[in-house]
Amino acid sequence: MENMNALEFENVSFAYEEGGFHIDKLNFSVAEGELVAVLGHNGSGKSTLARLSNGILTADSGTVRVFGEPLGQKNLYEIRRRVGVVFQNPDNQNVASVVEDDVAFGAENIGLAREEIGRRIDFALSAVGMGSFRNATVARLSGGQKQRIAIAGVLALRPDIMILDESTAMLDPRGRREIVDVVLRLNREEKMTVLMITHYPEEALLCDRAIVMNRGEIVMQGTPAEIFGRHEELLTYNLDLPRIGKLCKTLQEGGMSVRDTLDIQILADDIAKELTCGS
Amino acid sequence: MKDVSFGQYYPVDSAIHRLDPRLKLLFLIAFIVVIFVANSFWGLLVCAGVLLLAVLLSHIPPWKVLRSVRGVIFLVLFTAVINVFFYAGETVYWSYGVITVSKEGIIFSVFLVLRLVLLVICSSLLTYTTTPVALTDGVESLLYPLKLIRFPVHELALIMSIALRMIPVLTEETGRIQNAQKARGADFESKNIVTRIKAFIPVLVPLLISALRRADELGEAMEARCYMGGKTRTKYKKLRFGWGDLVAFLIGAAMLAGVILLRVYVGGVL
Repeated sequence: MENMNALEFENVSFAYEEGGFHIDKLNFSVAEGELVAVLGHNGSGKSTLARLSNGILTADSGTVRVFGEPLGQKNLYEIRRRVGVVFQNPDNQNVASVVEDDVAFGAENIGLAREEIGRRIDFALSAVGMGSFRNATVARLSGGQKQRIAIAGVLALRPDIMILDESTAMLDPRGRREIVDVVLRLNREEKMTVLMITHYPEEALLCDRAIVMNRGEIVMQGTPAEIFGRHEELLTYNLDLPRIGKLCKTLQEGGMSVRDTLDIQILADDIAKELTCGS
Repeated sequence: MKDVSFGQYYPVDSAIHRLDPRLKLLFLIAFIVVIFVANSFWGLLVCAGVLLLAVLLSHIPPWKVLRSVRGVIFLVLFTAVINVFFYAGETVYWSYGVITVSKEGIIFSVFLVLRLVLLVICSSLLTYTTTPVALTDGVESLLYPLKLIRFPVHELALIMSIALRMIPVLTEETGRIQNAQKARGADFESKNIVTRIKAFIPVLVPLLISALRRADELGEAMEARCYMGGKTRTKYKKLRFGWGDLVAFLIGAAMLAGVILLRVYVGGVL
């Protein structure tokens, strides 16, 4: 029976080399329009997952499905067009020195007509808020801007799913904020299905759902609230709570009776209640 | 930002920027031929005049253009000095062993300096006014006939474009590695040239490794954007030969003709 999951892994196994790091029988799915975070520390297999999704790596066994269609050699390029991947290093993704030429690269690859490429550059650059940078030199942009250009380059292919493989890891807080804003807007306004691979708990907090990976396996799945509610378990995977969660714990240790929450308003109310009771 | 001006596009709009890159490439080739055909100061003056016109029309600050000369000035002067000493001229002023300083040698060296300076200015003007993509498109278009003999024209053009894109990235990286090695006590400012050269090996090795890693990642990013070679690709920017190009072509042709006429009818100093 076919379901309308945007992305689906069914018993996907993969190993870089015999006996080395491997992913074993991975199963998960992402619904259309969903914003999902994949959390995991270094070497948990989360980047491998991104590369398996668009056929840069081929699974040893099992099936990767994109909107019900199994990924194979025949539809490899169609799948790559539909599943856009943005990588980590802002300096290693641009092929051209000028912004519009770089954004055009993907659209040129799939053989679109000139006018259509022009329209797609307009669309993609305004979607990432870089409309006025069309003729700018890539090398002169900030890290966050370069990453937004990389996102635009993927958007020019009009993908249905976007995967960000730690695309914020090498950015400063401001650049990170820029990327997160763009992603949230794409998800909400363009109804883009987004898989956000990250090791920042703060970013997972903004997603509909989070998947935690450890040593090539999915070890936790659920809403951010559910995931971060299992603090002890997270620590064993070398992951931590977002700042607000840590603040709750610290306050509790200090003797304040606040609830475990990820909502800043609830925490503020609890603290206010404590303070007024205490005085 | 560090000065990586050589070979970098200078983004302003001008008549020179808008010229067809193929024409600019052919003009550069013609210019190189012409400055070596020119055998009188008048001839070189014509070339310099045309080049000056181009620089003025390009809206690029002249100091910026001159700065591109600075990078090669030592090489140019060194070549000139060698030529002064070893050129076998007739009117000898001074000689010692194999070293002779002659009138012809001095004139030849002055010519050499002028020619090289003009050459550097002209080629940097090309890269200042042409985006690397336009440039590689131009090369691709000019080399197109070679496809008949299965020469990988598209791949070559892409390699060029990526190399140009990576110049500022790798320049920055070199600076970073150099600083890291300095912090570990590497001596880049030593008076001893051997020490200085040795200090560069620990810079080059990490640079090479990082370049390879970058190449890997860039390859993945290109594949992720559906790169499948040149066959099915379309081009966003079409090259067009317009009126401005015709005018530029005529000026270039006039320069070529003028210099040849000067050589034939007026004669040169060499």
